[in-house]
Amino acid sequence: MATEPILQVEALHVQFGRQVVLRNISMDIPRGQTLAIIGESGCGKTVLLKTIIGLIQPQQGHVTFDGQVMEKLAPKELARERLRFGFVFQNAALFDSMTVAQNIMFPLRQHRTNSRGQQEQEMLAHLAEVGLPTSVLEKRPAELSGGMRKRVGLARALVMQPEVLLYDEPTTGLDPIVSDVINELMIRTRDRYSVTSIIVTHDMKTARKVADRVVMLYPISRLDADEPQIIFDGSPAEIDVTRDRRVSQFVRGEAGDRLMETRQSQAIEEIS
Amino acid sequence: MATESDIPTQRQPRRGGIVRAFNESITDLGSFAIDVIVSLGDMTRFAWRTIVWMFTRLPRRDTMFASMYQIGVLSLPVIAITGTFIGMVLAVQSYNQFRAFGLETQLGGAINKSMFRELGPVLAATMLAGRVGSAMAAELGTMRVTEQIDALASMGTNPIQHLVVPRFLSCLLMIPSLTIMAVFMGVMGGFLYCTTVLNIDYYHYWDNAKKYAENWDLFYGVIKSVFFGATIGMVSCYRGFHCQPGAEGVGQAATKAFVLSFVIIIALDLFLSIMLDAVYQAIWPISPVTLM
Repeated sequence: MATEPILQVEALHVQFGRQVVLRNISMDIPRGQTLAIIGESGCGKTVLLKTIIGLIQPQQGHVTFDGQVMEKLAPKELARERLRFGFVFQNAALFDSMTVAQNIMFPLRQHRTNSRGQQEQEMLAHLAEVGLPTSVLEKRPAELSGGMRKRVGLARALVMQPEVLLYDEPTTGLDPIVSDVINELMIRTRDRYSVTSIIVTHDMKTARKVADRVVMLYPISRLDADEPQIIFDGSPAEIDVTRDRRVSQFVRGEAGDRLMETRQSQAIEEIS
Repeated sequence: MATESDIPTQRQPRRGGIVRAFNESITDLGSFAIDVIVSLGDMTRFAWRTIVWMFTRLPRRDTMFASMYQIGVLSLPVIAITGTFIGMVLAVQSYNQFRAFGLETQLGGAINKSMFRELGPVLAATMLAGRVGSAMAAELGTMRVTEQIDALASMGTNPIQHLVVPRFLSCLLMIPSLTIMAVFMGVMGGFLYCTTVLNIDYYHYWDNAKKYAENWDLFYGVIKSVFFGATIGMVSCYRGFHCQPGAEGVGQAATKAFVLSFVIIIALDLFLSIMLDAVYQAIWPISPVTLM
């Protein structure tokens, strides 16, 4: 599936105060690829996703989307380019003062000039696509289950027909069956719209099932100054046979030496 | 990577007590000063972006009306009730002093002038900061914490244009009416208390009231209220937008919005009073009221 990259991340460096979160991150994402970014909590996966869409400004490096450097775009141009992205947030980030119908139609009402009837048709089509009944339309996000909220979030992200879909922990907090429904929806969306997808996840099942490529980030605090932060970049099949202990530990979900570190910090606390 | 050798095995004793403490306090003072300057700069930039968006693109009518209803209409009852009581309290507090000089019929002038110039605008602004400012900060803070503001930006909508401009404009536009309401109810409260409880003759009460309180006084209060409304809108939205994560962060944003708005309102009140009095003196150097 190697085609021209739609997204290029070059030497990205992001820090908050003194805390470095991303260091020298570079990767090319070809058009149509489904990339899973995995890694333990706090390693900067979500920050990377938000930097890609320009919600966080990097201190160094840049993101090129379809030939345009995102950091150099004027606010209006950046807003226009963002319409080519769809972002499914970790907890869906639905507007809780609006109903489901208003949430899905929100981008259409903001950026399209077609009639309200046409917008409603589009909204209903996307609601059906994510497998939700019309009975949820007048409900508020607080009245929905976690899985339903994620599906409404996906419908809202799809309504502007984006070229790139960004998923932040799409299956976190969901039971295995609903997680699999979300995985299937991601596959169906990719196949139907030929979108490029970037999925930030802890869930190896999602990474194996949905992704063409897996990238693993490691927390800066656990790396030496000259070590790269991307410790794995390959296919889902390769990740199971990698010899890197840090990667295999994550894939198998084993605490390993972390358990020892926890005991040591407890001991230090007791001494001090 | 962190290794076992990096971990201290025992607590190191502190050295250089006084010098170290002095250095630390200087460092703390320095970081506090930097934080204040950074916050001021940040807030100025936020205010500038809001003003630019206000003139670039007007908010949608439905968003604007919803915000005006929330800020203006729903605040009316509480402002009317507190205004009435403030007018009555003024009558209670001033009566004995005025009576000692046999000037009870002049109470109306004192009550009305106080309500027009000071208590009306400050009361309306305080109630608005408490009822609406905190709520706005908490609402925007929750939106920040739950990534709704990021979601807006990711959909190509500017969060300041969509969330801040309607709230700011509503505060700006609704507070004059709320101030007039507070003034009116305060005047009525004072009048009712004086004429019914204190048995002051209502003809003389109004006659004296009219001599002392002018149109300028009402204008004076309304002008102040516009500045107060702008302060409440800006401070509350800024606090909400810069909310720290978690429920505690949202609570702090709401509290800080009210406290900061209130402090700025009181400080602004002083400067505006000096400035408006200077304007009055410049326009009417010898007014009938000054002569009396």
